[in-house]
Amino acid sequence: MALTDAQVHAIEEKARDIRATIIDMLVAAKSGHTAGPLGMADIFAAFYFHILAHDPKNPDWEGRDRLVLSNGHIVPVRYSAMAHAGYFPVKECLTLRKFGTRLQGHPERTKLPGVETTSGPLGSGLSQASGMAYGLRMDGKANRVYCLMSDGELQEGNTWEAALFAGKNRLSNLTAVIDRNNIQIDGMTEDIMPLEPLADKWRAFNFHVIDVDGHNIEEFVNAVEMAKAIHEKPTVIIAHTIPGKGVKEIEFDYRWHGNPPGKGPTDKIPADKQAEVFLKEIRSMGGKVPHDYA
Amino acid sequence: MLNHTLKLVPDLLTAKLEEKSTRDGFGTGVVAAGKENPNLVVLSADLKESTRAEWFEKEFPDRFIELGVAEQNMATVAAGLAAVGKVPFITSYAAFSPGRNYEQIRTTIALNDLPVVVCGMHAGVSVGPDGATHQMVEDLAMMRALPNMIVMNPADAEEARKATIAAAKCGKPVYLRFGRANMPVFTTLETPFAIGKALTLVEGEKPEVALFTTGSLAYYALQAAAALQKDGIDVSVTHFHTVKPLDTAAALAAAKKAGRVITIEEHQAAGGFGGAVAEVLSEHYPVPVKRLGLQDEFGQSGEHPQLLEHYGLSAARIEAAARAWLAL
Repeated sequence: MALTDAQVHAIEEKARDIRATIIDMLVAAKSGHTAGPLGMADIFAAFYFHILAHDPKNPDWEGRDRLVLSNGHIVPVRYSAMAHAGYFPVKECLTLRKFGTRLQGHPERTKLPGVETTSGPLGSGLSQASGMAYGLRMDGKANRVYCLMSDGELQEGNTWEAALFAGKNRLSNLTAVIDRNNIQIDGMTEDIMPLEPLADKWRAFNFHVIDVDGHNIEEFVNAVEMAKAIHEKPTVIIAHTIPGKGVKEIEFDYRWHGNPPGKGPTDKIPADKQAEVFLKEIRSMGGKVPHDYA
Repeated sequence: MLNHTLKLVPDLLTAKLEEKSTRDGFGTGVVAAGKENPNLVVLSADLKESTRAEWFEKEFPDRFIELGVAEQNMATVAAGLAAVGKVPFITSYAAFSPGRNYEQIRTTIALNDLPVVVCGMHAGVSVGPDGATHQMVEDLAMMRALPNMIVMNPADAEEARKATIAAAKCGKPVYLRFGRANMPVFTTLETPFAIGKALTLVEGEKPEVALFTTGSLAYYALQAAAALQKDGIDVSVTHFHTVKPLDTAAALAAAKKAGRVITIEEHQAAGGFGGAVAEVLSEHYPVPVKRLGLQDEFGQSGEHPQLLEHYGLSAARIEAAARAWLAL
């Protein structure tokens, strides 16, 4: 069923909250990745506030859908989305990467309920999601499994071993989502190690492929719904996103892949102004930005 | 001489013993464990005949998962299966799993603390003619360094069967090490087995040296002990089927009694079982330790007995090592 305008707007507002919290947590942590989390805020809002069957108060609920984050380095967006969805207080986000926190620099299954698996080393999420999908299907369960991946990590061979497996076994309860933002740490993916023609590659591995604008909530949700209707193979959604989305000075700039506000390139915004500018711009996207963690 | 409370095969040094590989013990054990637990699944990376995973497939075709030649995928798919309640056994040669897929095992199985059982076949130099590429002699070191991981290296097919069944029940990440070669089966159905509990095969009255073994070399250690005792040299023999957690109490007791220890393993002498023993003893009861194993070298082609002789791991070479050390 198509989303109403009001539903789309509500999810967009959540995405802005998620973005603002990402900035706050990265500033507090003084390290971490900025571009990827900002770029995936819309998709995470769509998952946690519309798509997923889940229960924030009961993260281990058996009936939940599984959301595997393969590229663990963008986990601030997941923590932020989980906090806003009610898994834990938003103020706990400020403990990101600090000693004793549940919010480890890369997510850990045994530390924080609801993250489903430990990730960070790239290229192993699709395999794990495939294993979950296979096991759930063995038991006749209807839960869906989603796997979020970066484009850069598609350079890992393990990803394609997983694609062979998921394709062979026609894991139609599995939907992969690729954050196609075209950047990786050392530069643009097509310079570092080209991935195109990306859609053709996945089709060749027996996946149904859908290309979407990763910032268009309605388009993304429709793609996820369409994937549920494909019964003969797994689906991959190639979500074209803008790294750093929400702050125009850093959008598309790969130098912001691995730096937090305050430590990024200073040719456009001085270091001491970065956090302030980011938050101002995110607010200017039209949403409310609650900043009261007390 | 032998510890009769362990219900070992009677006359095990003189009788003609049945010879079987520990991988055969795995095959029998995993079928038995599969009958008990409907959530047990076996994954194969294109080596189902030689790993004996095929024995499970014949009984439970719907719970056998073929991954093709893809050990990294096998480990990570297994982690996913375990996350939804399965108990996966992943099977390949130890050289490839955990050799090829160490990081996947580390992150998605050990750090995730999921009950996946990594079964490394053809470990040590037991794969003989295939040569160094396929002879895994660093796996105990790799696996025992991992937090959460239990590491077992059974002595014979019967103990391998028990270790497999125990691994299926323990709810933790496990590394099980198996050999290809047929070796004497000297334990019985009644021989006790508990994860982390070493077997004192020979107690010794006033032992001059304690032999500590792991894996299939336990039988050769017993032969060496018998030969030494024939010449009036009293020794004890303790078999550690579990390398991690190491049975510290058994290690300390035997070391205190004998005053010196020889460790015996079909593995690098550094970092593996001998390393684990040396760590414990140096901290709690420092006594001289001699570590038998490969001395910072790779294996090579040859028949298994030939290779054991060459690397100082045959019964005769173990005996000679003890004599030479005691004569100093």
